[in-house]
Amino acid sequence: MKIRTHQVNLYYSDFHALKGITMEISANTVTALIGPSGCGKSTFLRVFNRMNDLIDGVKITGDIFIDGQEIYDRKTNIDDLRKNVGMVFQKPNPFPKSIFENVAYGLRVNGINDKKFIEERVERSLHQSALWDEVKDKMKKSAFELSGGQQQRLCIARALAIEPSIILMDEPASALDPISTAKIEELIYELKKNYTIIIVTHNMQQAGRVSDKTGFFYLGELIEYDDTKIIFTNPKNPRTQNYITGRFG
Amino acid sequence: MAEGEKISSNKMLKQAIAFNLFRILSFSVVAILIIILSFITIKGFRAISWEFLTAMPEDGMTKGGIYPAIIGTFYLIAGSMLFAFPIGVLSAIYINEYAKDGFFKRFVKLMTNNLAGIPSIVFGLFGMSLFVNTLGFGDSILAGSLTLGLLTLPVVIRTTEEALKAVDHSFRLGSYALGATKLQTIRRVVLPMSLPNIITGLILSIGRVSGETAPILFTVAAYFLPKLPTSIFDQVMALPYHLYVISTSGTNIEESRPIAYGTALVLIAIVLIVNLLANGLRRYFGNKVKMN
Ligand SMILES: Nc1ncnc2c1ncn2[C@@H]1O[C@H](COP(=O)(O)OP(=O)(O)O)[C@@H](O)[C@H]1O
Ligand SMILES: [Mg+2]
Repeated sequence: MKIRTHQVNLYYSDFHALKGITMEISANTVTALIGPSGCGKSTFLRVFNRMNDLIDGVKITGDIFIDGQEIYDRKTNIDDLRKNVGMVFQKPNPFPKSIFENVAYGLRVNGINDKKFIEERVERSLHQSALWDEVKDKMKKSAFELSGGQQQRLCIARALAIEPSIILMDEPASALDPISTAKIEELIYELKKNYTIIIVTHNMQQAGRVSDKTGFFYLGELIEYDDTKIIFTNPKNPRTQNYITGRFG
Repeated sequence: MAEGEKISSNKMLKQAIAFNLFRILSFSVVAILIIILSFITIKGFRAISWEFLTAMPEDGMTKGGIYPAIIGTFYLIAGSMLFAFPIGVLSAIYINEYAKDGFFKRFVKLMTNNLAGIPSIVFGLFGMSLFVNTLGFGDSILAGSLTLGLLTLPVVIRTTEEALKAVDHSFRLGSYALGATKLQTIRRVVLPMSLPNIITGLILSIGRVSGETAPILFTVAAYFLPKLPTSIFDQVMALPYHLYVISTSGTNIEESRPIAYGTALVLIAIVLIVNLLANGLRRYFGNKVKMN
């Protein structure tokens, strides 16, 4: 198993946001997290790269293993963990730097200065995120000149550049138009070959299209977790059934 | 007339009145500014000459130039900024990026805000007591710069804090998510993005420093000193104090009038030039942030 969580509880001060989440995720799969707003999907996603640590008053109990390593162990170096577990945010958030420097950023902060190496890695990452052809002639232009969809693919390239093995995506297409969304979905399908992907999505069709496994969250609990096919055609829990068929959420 | 229309025309009338009122008010502000500037310019313009800008004062300051006061003011601006800018920016970074919400942070903020409200003459007294006497710097550029620096510290801290706050949290998150440390995130993302606004703080402080008289009164300013300083322990003349002296206690106040207006004009011009320079800097960094 690439990722394993056991009885994970998370509290925002007194608020119990995640309740006993146990889940296993295999390498090179796409796992979709679905559920109504506020049920804890983003919170759970942030557990894997310890971004919740940045929020005052957060407490976590339980075990989270990545490649057999407990990531909340004292020994874990958070910056190294975040190199291994990349993240793409809901709203594209490229830095106010050039396209090139955006992708190079993760390399530079991780102490890589070799110009040639950086150039090659930037180009490769942009190829991987299917953006290269669109930006190869304007690498020095500001990332803000790109469209929203391009910016999001730039953010994916930025994450890929430091060679993570896991990519977390928090509703990566919710701010994008249908064509850009389709491109991101294609990309996820491609990336699955080499990466383990966890994606939060509000869009049932999207979950159905891109994911192998789906977890349904409700009020901080993982209600049901199974093959995407089963969740969408034959869920065991009536609450999952209701959510899928649009009766609430 | 239908009821709805009546209400909406009533609303529009109110809108129009409010709008015009605001317009008149803002025009009058501009008008007052223009009047002051033209008054000083017309009165002072005749006094301005190459000699006035580059010569020492003579004849009980009724003749000659104001060169040492110009130089003195420049030294004081530079000295106070050298002191206040790094300390202010670093404090603001600490308060905004490192300190946890809580008693200490609230206390520091309260103190900075109070510091900003203290009358400048009090800073003058404090500077005299601490820098001039206790630390033994004497009446000197050093003591004056430190006093002016203290005075402007709250401005630097507050504008820097605002500038840092204006950087959207999502940029920081994006950086952390790539394995960047806090320091790297501040240095590579937050500071470049807030630099243009931090420079605005610098502009405001320089404006304030160059015009203050009270803080330099007991710490550095010389009544009449027709030579240039050779070290930071020397006294200097400064434009605002010179202006004060020749308008109130010179040997011949009536005869010094043109010089007084000339001095005022030079002071305003310096503030203006420094502002323009800093604005250019701000624009330069603003573009760099986008392009870099
Ligand atoms: N920083 C925070 N501080 C306190 N409560 C939070 C914070 N972030 C999220 N929450 C709460 O935790 C719950 C789960 O939030 P979230 O994980 O963002 O839900 P989702 O992504 O499924 O919409 C919500 O009730 C939300 O209000
Ligand atoms: Mg969310």
